[in-house]
Formats: sequence, C-alpha cells, structure tokens
Amino acid sequence: MNIVVCVKHIPDPNIPGELEGGRLKRSGVQGVLDPGDEFGVETGLQLKEAHGGEVTLVSMGPPTAMEAIRRGLSMGADKGLLVSDDALQGACALVTARVLAAAIKKSGPFDLVIAGVESTDGYTGTMPSTLAELLDVPQVTFVKRLDSADGTIRADRQTAEGYQVVESPLPALITVTAGVNSPRYASFKGIMAAKKKPVDNLSIGDLGLSSEEVTSMQQIASVGSAEARKAGEVIEDDGTGAQRVAEFLKEAKVI
Amino acid sequence: MDAVDFLDLEPLLTEEEKMIRDTCRRFVGDRVMPGIEKWFEAAEFPVEVATELGSLGLLGMHLSGYGCAGTNAVSYGLACLELEAGDAGFRSFVSVQGSLAMWPIWKYGSEEQKQEWLPRMAAGEAIGCFGLTEPDFGSDPAGMRTSAKKNGSDWVLNGNKLWITNGGIADVAIVWARTDEGVRGFLVPRNTKGFTTRDIHRKLSLRASVTSELILDNCRLPADAVLPGVTGMKGPLSCLSEARFGIVWGVMGSARACYECALEYSKTRIAFDKPIGSFQLTQEKLVNMMLEINKGLLLALHLGRKKDDGNLAPQQVSFGKLNNVREALAIAREARTILGANGVTLEYPVIRHANNLESVLTYEGTSEIHTLILGQAITGLNAFA
Ligand SMILES: Cc1cc2nc3c(=O)[nH]c(=O)nc-3n(C[C@H](O)[C@H](O)[C@H](O)COP(=O)(O)OP(=O)(O)OC[C@H]3O[C@@H](n4cnc5c(N)ncnc54)[C@H](O)[C@@H]3O)c2cc1C
Repeated sequence: MNIVVCVKHIPDPNIPGELEGGRLKRSGVQGVLDPGDEFGVETGLQLKEAHGGEVTLVSMGPPTAMEAIRRGLSMGADKGLLVSDDALQGACALVTARVLAAAIKKSGPFDLVIAGVESTDGYTGTMPSTLAELLDVPQVTFVKRLDSADGTIRADRQTAEGYQVVESPLPALITVTAGVNSPRYASFKGIMAAKKKPVDNLSIGDLGLSSEEVTSMQQIASVGSAEARKAGEVIEDDGTGAQRVAEFLKEAKVI
Repeated sequence: MDAVDFLDLEPLLTEEEKMIRDTCRRFVGDRVMPGIEKWFEAAEFPVEVATELGSLGLLGMHLSGYGCAGTNAVSYGLACLELEAGDAGFRSFVSVQGSLAMWPIWKYGSEEQKQEWLPRMAAGEAIGCFGLTEPDFGSDPAGMRTSAKKNGSDWVLNGNKLWITNGGIADVAIVWARTDEGVRGFLVPRNTKGFTTRDIHRKLSLRASVTSELILDNCRLPADAVLPGVTGMKGPLSCLSEARFGIVWGVMGSARACYECALEYSKTRIAFDKPIGSFQLTQEKLVNMMLEINKGLLLALHLGRKKDDGNLAPQQVSFGKLNNVREALAIAREARTILGANGVTLEYPVIRHANNLESVLTYEGTSEIHTLILGQAITGLNAFA
C-alpha cells in the first residue's frame, strides 16, 4: 500500500504567535511538525506495518519545512518531498492544494493520501477536500478509526451527533482527527536513520505549474483579535436553581 | 533574552542532536513527570518503563550495532540532561544500563556475549547492573575482596557488592572480582546458583532507583562468563569514565529544573507586597544559578565534542563531574531557599533534586576523589594515600 501523508511545518503552537503584515509571522520563529499531522503520519505507518508498502511525506513550505519532513522520517516514514519556491510565500489553501496535487502526482501512483483535519496555524480545513478533488479521488473526512482490506477502507467518521461508518474504494483521501491514534515517539534509531532517507526538493517549475496557478486567490481584508471570553454566569441556588439551569440550556438549544 | 539558554547555545547543536533532545524531553514530560512524585515517595523504580526507554532507543544509545542507536556522545549527554531534569533516578537507570553494563560487554565482551545480551538490553527486555563497590571498599575499589577462582574450566566467585544500582531488578550483573591475573569482569545471570540480591531500603536520596547488595556465595560460572577483553582495574575504571561523562550533563538537568522552578516561583510569590523576585537578594541567587547552568552546559558540550573527536582525557571528565555536580547541588540548595517552606515538600521538584544530587556527589567517584585526580594531574604528586 503506497501512502502519501501531507505534513506542514508551522510555528510552534506552544509559543504565542505574532502577526506580520496581517499574516502569522513565520521566519525566525521556532517551527515544528504540525501536531495534527503527527496523527496522519502515525496512521500511515500503521497501515504500512499491516499491509506493506511505503509512506511518502509531502510538504509545501520554505526550506526550513524540511524539519517537519525529517521528523516524520524519524518516526518511520520512507521518503519525503518538499516543494519550496519564493513564489509560494503566503499561498492560499487553493494554491497549496494545487501544488500538493502536482507533487503527489509526480511522486508516483498512490493508494491513500492522508492529511490532518485542519492545520494548527491556518485552521481553514479546506485544503484536504480541495486536494481530493484535484486528485480526482473520493474523500473521507474526520476519520477517527480506520480499517483497510482488499483495496477498500472502512472508516468511522466523526460527526457532531456521533459517527458514520463509511466505506470507500482506493485510491482515496482521508483526513484524520486527533483521536485516531497516539503518535509514536521518533526513536533515536529512527532519528539517526532519517538523515539517510531520500528527500526530493522541487520548485514550481519542476511541477509544471504556471504562475497563474500559484497566484493566491484569497486576500486578507482585515485581521482582528477574537472577542475576549466573558466570565461565565454563576447561578446560586435559592430554590429555583434547577429551573434556571434548565432555562439556560434551553436558550442555548442544548435541550 | 532567554532566561535559561542565556548564552544562546542552541545553534551549537546539530538538527539531529536537537531532535534527540526534544524527543527525550517529551518522553520525560509524558512518562516521568506524571508519576515521579509517587515513585519517589514510595521509593520505587517503575520497571515497566524499561522497555519504553528501550524502544525510544535510550539504552546504550551511544553504542553501535546490536540494536543500539549509534548516536554521538553529545546526543547521549543531552538525553542524560533531559532525563535528569525529570529525575536522577531515571538518569541513573540509563547510565548504569548503557555505560556501566552494556558498554563493558560491547567493549570487552566476546562476540557470543554481545549477541546474547546487547540486543535485549538495548530493547530494555534485559536489565544490567555494575558491581564494583563493596561494603569496605568504595573510593579504593582496587582493594576489593570479591574473588574469582578457577575450578577446572569453571570460575567460582565469592564476595559481596554493595550500593549497586539496578541490582535487585537486574537480569545480568557485571561483577568485578580479583583473580590470579588481576581484576576481571564476569557476567552473572540472575538465576545463577549462589547469586542473590538484597535491596537497600530507607534511602533518602535517589529514591526512584533500586540500590541493592549482591551476594556471591560459591557462585559457579562457566569459563565463558568472563569478559575476555580486559584485565586489571582499567576495566571498571574505563566504564566509570563513560558513565561520568553522562553525569556531567545529567546534573545540569537537575539544576535547570530547580532554577526554572525557583524563577517561576520568585515572580509569583508575594512578600512585603512585592514579588520576591524583585528583591536584590533573590535576583542575585537567580543570576548565579543562571550563570552556573550556562557555564556548566558549555563545559559539558566542550567535553562532548572532545569525546566525539576521540581526545577526551579521563581527568577532563573528572573536571566536568567535580564542577557540574558541585554547582548543581549549590543551585538546588539555593533554589530551595527561594521556595521557602514550599521548598521542603514533594509538591515542588526542588528538594527531590537536591536530595538526589547527594548521591550523585558520592557515586562515580566522590568530589574528594575527583579533586585528588585533578590535584595529581596538575602537581604530578599523588595525594590518595
Ligand atoms: C545511590 C547510590 C548508587 C550507587 N550505585 C553504584 C553502582 O551501581 N555500582 C557500584 O559499584 N557502586 C555504586 N555506588 C557506590 C559508590 O560508587 C560509592 O559509594 C563511592 O565510590 C564512595 O565509596 P564509599 O561510599 O565506600 O565511601 P568511602 O570510600 O568510604 O569514602 C568516605 C569519604 O571519605 C572520602 N575519602 C575516601 N578516600 C579518600 C582519600 N584518599 N582522600 C580524601 N578523601 C577520601 C570520600 O571522598 C568520602 O567523602 C552507589 C552509591 C550510591 C549512594
């Protein structure tokens, strides 16, 4: 089973982010493999362990994004592919999907593409669905449990109410939630081996994409701080407490 | 400015070294910190963690082949530092397993001994210990009484070893004994007839670590139990030099944990209507800690690079052990004063580290012995006896 896992290098989410011209400041900031993508890498590795094949990591980002690929390789992935190009600075989700689709096609035939539900910096959550369309494969999003056999996958798909059980033929694309598994540590042996694993560096030219195709369609109109959270309401029980809690829940449309 | 890495030493590390350090730090956060207060209080080492340390690649990480990760010495040092920032008991487990038990097999063992033990020890499936110290011989181990006598082609061992880390949980003990040819190392598997262990209780330091007595009573071993590659005190002493190198780094982990705790506390604890960190006396303490941690790390890194270049002298390791343990202990004690009464409870890590460091000050050569080693190195005069 040949598996492609999309990985993103993001500013360390444990350090408060700074803005730079309306965008998240990225250069000179401590970066990490998006914690959400670790679940994708783990999913890929488990499938490989069960069915054989290869796990390829694909990323778009500045040269420093190699760090995210190295981390995934240390966890056990087989090879990496990084698309870096000055023209891609500030790329929107659509451009990212185009670039990743071109890179995945170039890397050879695949059975499954895995991505996180959304990145831990941009949070748009639109890239994976766009990518599935561009690759012309079915998509199963919000996967919280996954089985695979004989050219199909069967997934528990998280919904607001519960979960759906969805089957799909391969090749396909899935996005995995944080509950799907617990990502392994990169072992020291894995870290030592990672530097010997093959990694391709590609530019837009290598992918045959035109400059229109990589021009961001999206513009940032304005950036503001989220509204500060208000203190909660404390209900003191004077005999009517239960009723007021019930009213509150009704108002919130919980009951 | 970074309050911990004040000198910006980070760029002196390679990507690989940073990744190993970060992985180890994460493991400590996930697996050591949540349980350490309980383990320390109950005086137990959670043996089940051994295989986790093994699959991470921590055990014998700086050795090559036989299932070992094959990292450089600096990476090993960084791992020791992160482990000890959790607890010196864990670092001791890893030091003993990797440097005192696996290393002599790797360095002086036969191919059969290596094949039999190293892969399982690297995986944490077999635990090793190092028996040198005896009830009556600590700083002068050359005086040891434990003996190994030839009987036919077998060896028969008699004697007691005391203060042996991992003794009670070990699957194999590396026992150093005197023979007609000089001191030799023996691999003693757990269930060998005539070999028993007894754990030492009521330790008030390094509580999350098993310390035991090894008893060899007409313990009969086959001819191939001896480490073929070394005869004389050079055997055990070379192992100690390996492990001490890890301590040079490890204690800076204890020191860092104490400093970070004290720094945070000094900013939030109010006395006389002000955070105690605003008092000059507190600032002086914090600054001294920060200075010594940065200097200690520079020293450790310098020794590590020399070790990787193959030109680190044992006396230079003594320099590192003497200085960094001394400073770490001073930092732990000073940090404790900043925490006031809270400093004496297990709610905070400081007293635990301070207590642990008392053992670290003594084992692997006491501070006095390292002083004498350095004294001899600079004067050419022996002051040991
Ligand atoms: C928690 C713990 C774990 C240990 N683990 C191990 C282990 O795994 N394997 C192992 O073999 N050993 C182990 N040890 C033993 C340790 O290495 C010895 O305790 C150490 O070498 C000191 O020996 P001693 O306790 O007999 O002290 P002694 O040698 O009796 O020393 C007592 C004091 O006298 C001083 N002194 C001795 N000689 C001189 C001199 N010539 N000049 C000046 N001062 C001198 C010493 O510095 C010390 O202050 C461990 C000890 C502890 C506490």
